[in-house]
Amino acid sequence: MAASDTSSAPAAAGRIKARAAAAEFLVRRDRFRPAEALPWLIAIAAFFVFPDRMTFGSQVLVMILFAISLDLILGYAGIVTLGHAAFFGVGAYTVGLASARLGWTEPISGLFAAAIMAGLAGFISGWFLLRYRGLTLLMLTLATAIMILETGNFRSDITGGYDGMPGLVFQPVLGLFEYDLYGRTNYLYALAVLAVVFFFVRRIVYSPFGQALTGIRENVRRMHAIGSPVHRRLVTVYTIAAAIAGVAGALFTQTNAYVTLTVFDFDTSAKVLVMLILGGTGRLYGAFIGAAVYLILEDHLSKLSPTFWQFGIGILLLVTVLFARRGILGVMEDIGRFRSWKDRIRVKPGRIVWSRTQWKGIGMAAFDGALIGLAVGFAANVGRTDLLLAWFTTAPLSVLAWTAAGAALVAAINIGYLAYNERSASGSPPR
Amino acid sequence: MPQIATIAVSILFDGLAYAMFLFITAVGLSVTMGLMNFVNLAHGAFAMAGGYFVVSLTQSYGVDFISSLIIASVLIGLISIRFERRLYRPLYKAGELDQVLLTIGLAFMAIAAFTFFYGPIPKSVPLPAWLQGNVDLGFRAFPRYRAFLIVLGLFLVAVLWYGFERTNIGARIRAAVDNRRMAESVGINVDLLFTVTFAIGSGLAALGGGLAIQLFGLTPYFAVLYLVLFLIVVAVGGLGSLKGTLMAALLLGIVDTAGKYLVAEAGGFFIYVITIIVLLLKPAGFYGRQ
Repeated sequence: MAASDTSSAPAAAGRIKARAAAAEFLVRRDRFRPAEALPWLIAIAAFFVFPDRMTFGSQVLVMILFAISLDLILGYAGIVTLGHAAFFGVGAYTVGLASARLGWTEPISGLFAAAIMAGLAGFISGWFLLRYRGLTLLMLTLATAIMILETGNFRSDITGGYDGMPGLVFQPVLGLFEYDLYGRTNYLYALAVLAVVFFFVRRIVYSPFGQALTGIRENVRRMHAIGSPVHRRLVTVYTIAAAIAGVAGALFTQTNAYVTLTVFDFDTSAKVLVMLILGGTGRLYGAFIGAAVYLILEDHLSKLSPTFWQFGIGILLLVTVLFARRGILGVMEDIGRFRSWKDRIRVKPGRIVWSRTQWKGIGMAAFDGALIGLAVGFAANVGRTDLLLAWFTTAPLSVLAWTAAGAALVAAINIGYLAYNERSASGSPPR
Repeated sequence: MPQIATIAVSILFDGLAYAMFLFITAVGLSVTMGLMNFVNLAHGAFAMAGGYFVVSLTQSYGVDFISSLIIASVLIGLISIRFERRLYRPLYKAGELDQVLLTIGLAFMAIAAFTFFYGPIPKSVPLPAWLQGNVDLGFRAFPRYRAFLIVLGLFLVAVLWYGFERTNIGARIRAAVDNRRMAESVGINVDLLFTVTFAIGSGLAALGGGLAIQLFGLTPYFAVLYLVLFLIVVAVGGLGSLKGTLMAALLLGIVDTAGKYLVAEAGGFFIYVITIIVLLLKPAGFYGRQ
């Protein structure tokens, strides 16, 4: 008895200490860090620096809000959806229809109405759909969004169909602030709404409820096992996220003064997904950086050529998924933690074990590179498919040069990658 | 009364042709998804690429329609092997979100590249004389091309059924779909099997793309426009099931055609209603495994 007491006393003290540290960690986690002021300062600075780009600015804010709502279900609860545009669209059309058909033009109450309608849609669809996972859930969310789109198209006498409802009128915000030509009121209005919703979401994320969501994302079975009401929690967060997406949609309609059925498109769902992934999921500020970077790139590059920009999104997605899965914020975190090259590379480069498999890999890389080089060279030199044979016969040297360049480049990348992997795989320095 | 019968026959005929297109294009997607659980949103891009190859071969190089269909399918099948090895393979173990993002990125790149080479204007393809005009079946005349599509579709169903159910490689595929680990432990090389099925599936998609030019016209957006339909066929039919894919293609093809004949304004509404009902009742599709 006495012996066990003396031995467990320090252990118990240690446990209490550990428990206190854990509690301290959980309490401290949701305290504001100074860096969190940065996006808001940038948003306010943008108002003064680019007074004539405020229409674009409000678009960015609306998409940030939309991306935050997706982050709540995708980044925290781990629900993969391809139909989040449904709720954005319901919000947008609630406000649009209320203004055009009912003459309800007060903006703030419109936001609440949009949140309620979209939240209702989220609750009903979520109740049915969130029992499923994987491909079934993807297809169900996608089909739901398209079904709402088709319903809107069917009753185009009410919704205006794909022509939409242009020239919507809204009352001044709070009865005080008139809309101006440059969209400055819109910008500040959107910023205020974003701030209110953001701090609401931040509160949710750091609450016990938010913890439970993260638990569901990480391990559903264990959450079931400890008695967490998984389905109810998922439906709750889905409803909240839908309501926020609805607010974003309503803001979209109010700041643009028009709305068309394209808000329900698969493109809208895909776009917001790309923004969030680009910024980084499950980290609140990923939505900010992702939406801003995406829209600024789009604004500049699609002016050059929309085709070029679409190719760019594709590459961006490919690179993000294959090399920077945690998004821009994840990369920034890595850079922030980076101390010196010594921590990274403990071993000198150049320890590749040359084997048949490795040569085969390099050979296939060269083959892929040759195909890529051929395609790029063809695009740069000819650009017309009916002249493919002509290119081969009249300029064989050019064909050869592009192919060889592509092959050499990709093979070199592959060898570099091999060198890196040989080092990191071994873990200890070679003798 | 005869009028109703005429409409019913038209719906059945057009629906069948449409269903055959859906089946040919989606069957590869179904089998590859069943094998690896890989959500491949770039499948439509392979179909679109196949369609454009057919356009180029027939219009710029004077190859006849049928030969160019075959050449395009084989070419796309071969090219798809490199995509599978290089880009898809690293993500087999990743979650479906990563797969969705990667393949959607590929689809976007394909759309952009083909817009660059071919422009956004819809393309058509010159048909041989024996596919033009109507064929008279005694009580009614039908467009020859659609009749050809139905015959070809039924032929492919028979070939695939034989390959799937009666050959060694088909048995291996079925085993790997049923239980991948078990199949591997009895010595089936599932990786190689997957590459082969992926190539065949992409080749069939390219064939479907080539056949679709005459039905819908071909633009680069074909890659995503019909993708949702292919995915629905796969999800409703059940992953990795030939029979399920055929059933789903028939159901959706005929229902969609009927909807467009009878309630034209509703567009694709009925397809989505059916999809949601089927998936709510049977989440794994008609013949899928939970």
